[in-house]
Amino acid sequence: MPIDVNGKSLEVDEEGYLSNLNEWEPAVAEVMAKAEDLELTDDHWEIINFLREYYEEYQIAPAVRVLTKAVGKKLGKEKGNSKYLYELFPYGPGKQACKYAGLPKPTGCV
Amino acid sequence: MSKKFMYLNRKAPYGTVYALESLEVVLIGAAFEQDVSLAFIGDGVYQLTKGQNTDGIGMKNFSPTYSALGDYDVNKIYVEKESLEERGLTLDDLQHLVWEDEDEDWAEKDSIRLVSRAELADVLDDQDVVLSF
Repeated sequence: MPIDVNGKSLEVDEEGYLSNLNEWEPAVAEVMAKAEDLELTDDHWEIINFLREYYEEYQIAPAVRVLTKAVGKKLGKEKGNSKYLYELFPYGPGKQACKYAGLPKPTGCV
Repeated sequence: MSKKFMYLNRKAPYGTVYALESLEVVLIGAAFEQDVSLAFIGDGVYQLTKGQNTDGIGMKNFSPTYSALGDYDVNKIYVEKESLEERGLTLDDLQHLVWEDEDEDWAEKDSIRLVSRAELADVLDDQDVVLSF
């Protein structure tokens, strides 16, 4: 079922991931978050933007273990841990944050 | 106890789906804390070459993903010397793949190990599981 973002209808797959990465814009994350009753803060955006940069560089959505380690290195140890990331993204930082960032489901995520 | 898994890559990166499938299985398998090694022989060495451009063939250029292997704790990447030489290639034609050693304050270390055919045979002999792509 497509989602409506700024008057445009965007295709998503059966799990809600954007079908076409290039159609992403910040409003996509806002719409997806609203549907899951989550209000996006700067802390959320920091992770979403981090994921988009990671994808740009490596062409994959990282597994959650890899994401945690990479966040710790880039943004500091107090953010590079499961507790912090799960508090921001209760459905799983890999799955939920990647979805908001317009990335595919992380490789290795079931 | 973890088993030693070797992913043996023998085919050119595009034209068949083997290279991409192998890479995806490696990334999935790495989540299970096995002892993972990769080897590139024959046309498989082309998978690691720098400057790949797939614009003309309408396929995704997945070569940047090899740089993420270090993040997945995959840092034993064997390249067969004879296969490179037979194709007029040297290590300089390949991506510089590194991993960061957490125990040594994230010191960057090379992931690629250039080995002879005979040395690679010994490495293969030492594995519990060899998956050929």
